Amino acid sequence: MGEHGREGDGLERWGALWEERTGLSRRGFAQLCAWLAATMTLTSGGVGRVAEALAAAPRPPVIWLHFQECTACSESLLRAHYPTAEQLILNLISLDYHETLMAAAGKQAEEARRATMKNAKGKYLLVVEGAIPARPFCRIGGQDAEAILKECAADAAAVIAVGSCASFGGLPAAEPNPTQARSVAGLIGKKPLVAIPGCPPQPAVMAAVLAHYLTLGRLPALDQLHRPKAFYADSIHDRCYRRPFYDRGQFAASFDDEGARKGWCLFKLGCKGPVTHNACATLKWNEGVSFPIQSGHGCLGCSEPHFWDNGSFYAPLSTPIGESGLSTGVAAAAGATLGAALAGGYRKVIDQARSEARPVTLDDLEKSS
Amino acid sequence: MNDPGYELLLWVRGPGWILALAVFSFGMAMRLFEIFALGRREDLAPPRPAERQGSPMRTVWNRFFPVPGLFERAPATHVSGYLFHIGFFAVLFFAEFHIQLFRHLLGFGWPALSAPLADALGVVAIVALLAALVSRMRDPVKRFLSTAGDYLAWALTFLPLLTGWMAYHHVLVSYTRMVALHLLAAELLLALLPFTKLIHAVTIFVARWYTGEQFGRKGVQA
Amino acid sequence: MSATLERGLAALRAGMDTPMATFFASCVHCGLCAEACLFYTETGDPKYTPIHKLEPLRRLWKQEFTLLGKLMVNIGLDQPVSDAELAEWEPLVYDSCTLCGRCSLACPAGNDITAMIRKMREGMALSGHAPEDLVHATQRAVTLGSPMGVKLSTLKAKIRAQERESGLTIPLDQPGVDYMVLFSGMEIVQFSEILGAMARIFKHAGVSWTLSSEAFEATNSGIQLGVSDLAKEILLRTVNAAEKLGVKGVVSPECGHAYTALRWEGPNLIGRRYHFEVVHILELLARLQKEKRLRLRQRDPEERPLSFHDPCQLARRGGVLEEPRELLGKIATDFREMSDNRERNWCCGGGGGVSAIERSEPLRAKAFQRKLHQIEELGVHTLVTACSNCRIILEEGLETYQIRVDVAGLTELVADHLEEDQPQTGAGAAGGES
Ligand code: SF4
Ligand code: SF4
Ligand code: SF4
Repeated sequence: MGEHGREGDGLERWGALWEERTGLSRRGFAQLCAWLAATMTLTSGGVGRVAEALAAAPRPPVIWLHFQECTACSESLLRAHYPTAEQLILNLISLDYHETLMAAAGKQAEEARRATMKNAKGKYLLVVEGAIPARPFCRIGGQDAEAILKECAADAAAVIAVGSCASFGGLPAAEPNPTQARSVAGLIGKKPLVAIPGCPPQPAVMAAVLAHYLTLGRLPALDQLHRPKAFYADSIHDRCYRRPFYDRGQFAASFDDEGARKGWCLFKLGCKGPVTHNACATLKWNEGVSFPIQSGHGCLGCSEPHFWDNGSFYAPLSTPIGESGLSTGVAAAAGATLGAALAGGYRKVIDQARSEARPVTLDDLEKSS
Repeated sequence: MNDPGYELLLWVRGPGWILALAVFSFGMAMRLFEIFALGRREDLAPPRPAERQGSPMRTVWNRFFPVPGLFERAPATHVSGYLFHIGFFAVLFFAEFHIQLFRHLLGFGWPALSAPLADALGVVAIVALLAALVSRMRDPVKRFLSTAGDYLAWALTFLPLLTGWMAYHHVLVSYTRMVALHLLAAELLLALLPFTKLIHAVTIFVARWYTGEQFGRKGVQA
Repeated sequence: MSATLERGLAALRAGMDTPMATFFASCVHCGLCAEACLFYTETGDPKYTPIHKLEPLRRLWKQEFTLLGKLMVNIGLDQPVSDAELAEWEPLVYDSCTLCGRCSLACPAGNDITAMIRKMREGMALSGHAPEDLVHATQRAVTLGSPMGVKLSTLKAKIRAQERESGLTIPLDQPGVDYMVLFSGMEIVQFSEILGAMARIFKHAGVSWTLSSEAFEATNSGIQLGVSDLAKEILLRTVNAAEKLGVKGVVSPECGHAYTALRWEGPNLIGRRYHFEVVHILELLARLQKEKRLRLRQRDPEERPLSFHDPCQLARRGGVLEEPRELLGKIATDFREMSDNRERNWCCGGGGGVSAIERSEPLRAKAFQRKLHQIEELGVHTLVTACSNCRIILEEGLETYQIRVDVAGLTELVADHLEEDQPQTGAGAAGGES
């Protein structure tokens, strides 16, 4: 009981501090803390800690690199609603380098980056957006992408790969991958890494990971693919509100049929929800308004590796990817040829046995031995 | 850095499938040639008049049903055999997900069984196949006859059924991983079918026809 | 020359064809063929499973006629078929298979197992693994003209005796008649009344017939032994005699194997069709009966119930299914079908040469229990059949188990139930066929 009271007190106190520092509402602060604690699966006692840390945290410097990408990850972040992008950028972190958002450009910009790397050595967060191609693609300020990444990662506290391109290679790495684009993972040595895949990733997840780091000073619990478990443990399908239809075998067969109108499962229309790990089905998009499945379109599976090479968005998961007609035909022809050749040999054996057989006489029935 | 389940799923949906299909068609073509190019001699004995002949087509059909008197003698073989085959083919051809595959391959589909029914039939097939295995290991004749090939054929058939059921019910490992394993098992079944006893799925019809024809021309409906 | 493994294997190879490859490829080891075979059902020994009797042949197929099998042998994972293996299989291929065909009707895959066992015997015989008794029977058939050693002089003596008894002539070597009639050595020796019976029937129906002094033995032990060349040699006697006499048809007597040998295997043995028709005596009788040339009277209603044992070669493997019923329908007052009849009948246990193999007797006696059970279940006192081999086996078996049931041949039964008033022997009485 006292626990609870103290926690309430704490929130009040830290909320006041927060209001003072950021000029943002106390109520919003309390909600943010509760939400962060919940999504990070902290115990209820943690809410207080979150509040304390959040309000008092020094703003960690952040370097945000852009490589082969479309900036939708940044765009997505700008649509973060809790905390909002302004909250994040202006109050919670110190975004020292971000090609799209920063005012500086050219030499000035690169200098800012170097300054941060020097001044906040070992303390800054490195956020990477986009895949990293091989030379000579994607050069910035005379340096190629891989070199920039390595240089920046060397002294970073942690690296956060935002979006599917940085996490898995994404669109740039799609077959035939002409620039030999790669994800961040193989290029930063043993540096702690968080991957936040998605095309684009959920803004709330990006915000939450940053907030988590701010408040607790460490990265959230991650899965095998370095994804924060809190958001990626379940599949879309696990949390999909259309799931009961799936379980009953009720599927929309086209985008405007009776089933589609009734909101049936979109599996047949190519939904990749069953094999896609992301939080869209719970967090949704645009301040929780909706998400693709809710608006009648199957999940594309954008947060999974190779999603561009994963067959048509509209092909059901139970269908194969790629063209098998030619190879099947060729294989059948090869098999038939081999079979015919073998059979030719067999027939020879049979014919020989038939023609070489001397007429059997009574004497033949005695075993020589 | 890659999720083995997802990577495997990609592989089995892509190259794995293409490979399995190629191996299947290669093997099938080869085996059919191996078998059918041997030829057979013309039967010179004049057959019965047409109206008295047995029909080979009917033999092909008849042998789907128990031969009089045999059911009682081998109930386990019959019951497990029928239930397994019925369940297996029902889910293979009438589960929604599989129909999507056939639609993809053939360009057309057909109505599916309701999900709970398909699920139940899958369970029937699994249980029947387990019973068939127990019967194979305990029945004196079947135990005596069985070779590694029989058990291989059993396993190749059982795995897709089991993994399919487990994937559908999200048992044990993630759906992604289980679906990948299911497809892998199915591709294994497909690829090895021509080279194992599973080829009976194709050859029995011809075997029945030959026997039906041999007996039929003598005036006996086999 | 003598029998060698190589010659045996060559004979097996010579018999390979698409149906056999299909059959072997189709077997799923379901074991159902065992349940159809009397040697398994009565002994419970799995080694008598029909498909297992073909194991060396299956191995040969796999090793020489499939790619995978070849590879297996090449890398030492499989051993070629050996002489010892064939020797081990001799009792399975001969002693425990009557070529009854029941397994072929039971296999869910549709395998004609019996046809393969028939082919397998070719290899067994040429590799020197055929039972001595069968070899000797065939030797007698080739050298003496009959596996039982029945000579022409014996036949002539029997003819004279039967002519005396019936007061009818039994024609020998008469050209241009409708039918040349064959007998099994067994009939001539054991049941020679059949000669008189035939004479009465043909007289009654106005059918012209003859015996041939060159070919009177109907059986062909070359087939049971599994040596097509010798079977052909034996068969050619009949074919030549019939074509020399210019008969319209050859009548195969009450012997199942004789019928399948002559009717179904024969043309394939000699590589051409005959210039005459082959009919089984029951087919001919039923035909005559339908044409009203054979008028039968009912049995005394007081007489006890009878049943019919379908000889395997006649029914399942010969296609003579309804004829005996048509005839018995006219005669019997209380005819009872067995539980499994026609193409589903159970073998007496003596077909396929088994009855000639002395050492198989204990096994045969065991296998007979199947038939015994069927007979007992019916409660009949007379068992009619149409194969003298079946008849002997049935009599022996019933004797062994001390069951008092009479066994009779259907032809004789017909002869005994001809309507007394003599039929017209005028116009239209010459031809046997329509
Ligand atoms: S719409 Fe997609 S995610 Fe939702 S239940 Fe259907 S398959 Fe699963
Ligand atoms: S033919 Fe008859 S005796 Fe021979 S194996 Fe088949 S069922 Fe048994
Ligand atoms: S019944 Fe047919 S499939 Fe079954 S074991 Fe016998 S031969 Fe093989």
